[in-house]
Amino acid sequence: MKPAKFDYVSPATVDAAIEALVASNGEGKVLAGGQSLLPLLNFRMVRPSVLVDLNGIKGLSYIEDRGDCIAIGALTRHRDLERSPLVATKLPVMSAAMRHVAHLAIRNRGTIGGSLSHADPAAELPMLATFYDARISIQGPDGRRTIAAEEFFVDALTSCLEPDEIVVEVEFPVLDHHGSAFEEVARRFGDFALASIAVSLRRGPSGLEAARVAVMGVADTPLRLRTAEEELVAMKLDDETPERFSRVVVSKVSPNDDLHASGEYRRHLLAQLSKSALQTALAAMERAP
Amino acid sequence: MTNVSVTVNAERYDVTDVEPRMLLSDFLRDCLGLTGTHVGCEHGVCGACTVLVNGDSARACLMLAVQANGAEIVTVEGLGSPEELSMLQSQFREHHGLQCGFCTPGMLMTGEDMLRKYPLATDEDIREGLSGNLCRCTGYQNIVAAIRSAAAMREGKKT
Repeated sequence: MKPAKFDYVSPATVDAAIEALVASNGEGKVLAGGQSLLPLLNFRMVRPSVLVDLNGIKGLSYIEDRGDCIAIGALTRHRDLERSPLVATKLPVMSAAMRHVAHLAIRNRGTIGGSLSHADPAAELPMLATFYDARISIQGPDGRRTIAAEEFFVDALTSCLEPDEIVVEVEFPVLDHHGSAFEEVARRFGDFALASIAVSLRRGPSGLEAARVAVMGVADTPLRLRTAEEELVAMKLDDETPERFSRVVVSKVSPNDDLHASGEYRRHLLAQLSKSALQTALAAMERAP
Repeated sequence: MTNVSVTVNAERYDVTDVEPRMLLSDFLRDCLGLTGTHVGCEHGVCGACTVLVNGDSARACLMLAVQANGAEIVTVEGLGSPEELSMLQSQFREHHGLQCGFCTPGMLMTGEDMLRKYPLATDEDIREGLSGNLCRCTGYQNIVAAIRSAAAMREGKKT
């Protein structure tokens, strides 16, 4: 359980980091918080020729209010998002989800850029990026490009990042909504989700005006359920709405069986979570001033 | 090969020629002789190797020794001594919060960080905080009791 040999560089700038990645000819790996990469190294599931440690780069850790969005630097630790008053007021679904991200010691080290790049389909940050329609800024040898979260996640543990590219910033658009909820079931608190849903609602003059819905743990990437959002907004609001919404959500996913849970069980969990998430979000929407 | 200068338990260490692939957990145990930090799963699941890095708890098996260059680290040896236990250690003794003791260093270092960061108003909060640390003697009840008691003492209340 020890990593194979590698070289280690600790560049002071993003440009220098990209140069080191280019020089490694695709054999290099970026080290940020290391909370997903180090287990892979210890198991020797990855054997990079060189580790490019981003932790020495100044100015990549910030949470910034840009009016219609919150910009988060790639090296921002999970723990910083968990305790940020700005995140709590502007991104309530993220704020609610952060305590589900692994355990305290992992949150102290893990970074948003690292979690997105690792692209685990049952991890909270990729799901939050999908939910908020986040814009992910990537830097590579040809400069910067920005890509929508839904296009960033390609498959389980696979993003559209090239080997010589680095995530540098993520912009989360602020939702002008009135009620939200985040629900998750994991085997153990802090473990990866077996199923999870995030719901956010906007109230209009004649009731529910807009909805945002995303799920994870039930497909190879996190999913924003746009058709479920539309169907929810079209629903009559009564005591049966959560039940109807839950059937709609489950009809949109077809999770596979795996070591952790059968597909059928994941659907069952998602149905229950959908119901309670909508109840919570509706209640919060009604309470909101 | 890289040089690593760290402060561990208020003592400065300068170690030359450290292999980049050396884990912080192995560095503490093998290079510095501080065997209080235990090595369990070596992939960040069991929590036995938890130490404080610049005041925050971290898995020593999920950090490279070279990454700790310039950092201040506290291991279980830095908490108290057999003659003078720290407050949290004395609560572990009081409540019999350990059996075989293998998970204990990690439990204590996690507990230190939890006590600093969270109100720990309920047992559920304490269990949530400890969810990243495994005890295979399954002595969780007493560990929770020890931390509950430490949380109350932290606020100057009598348990």
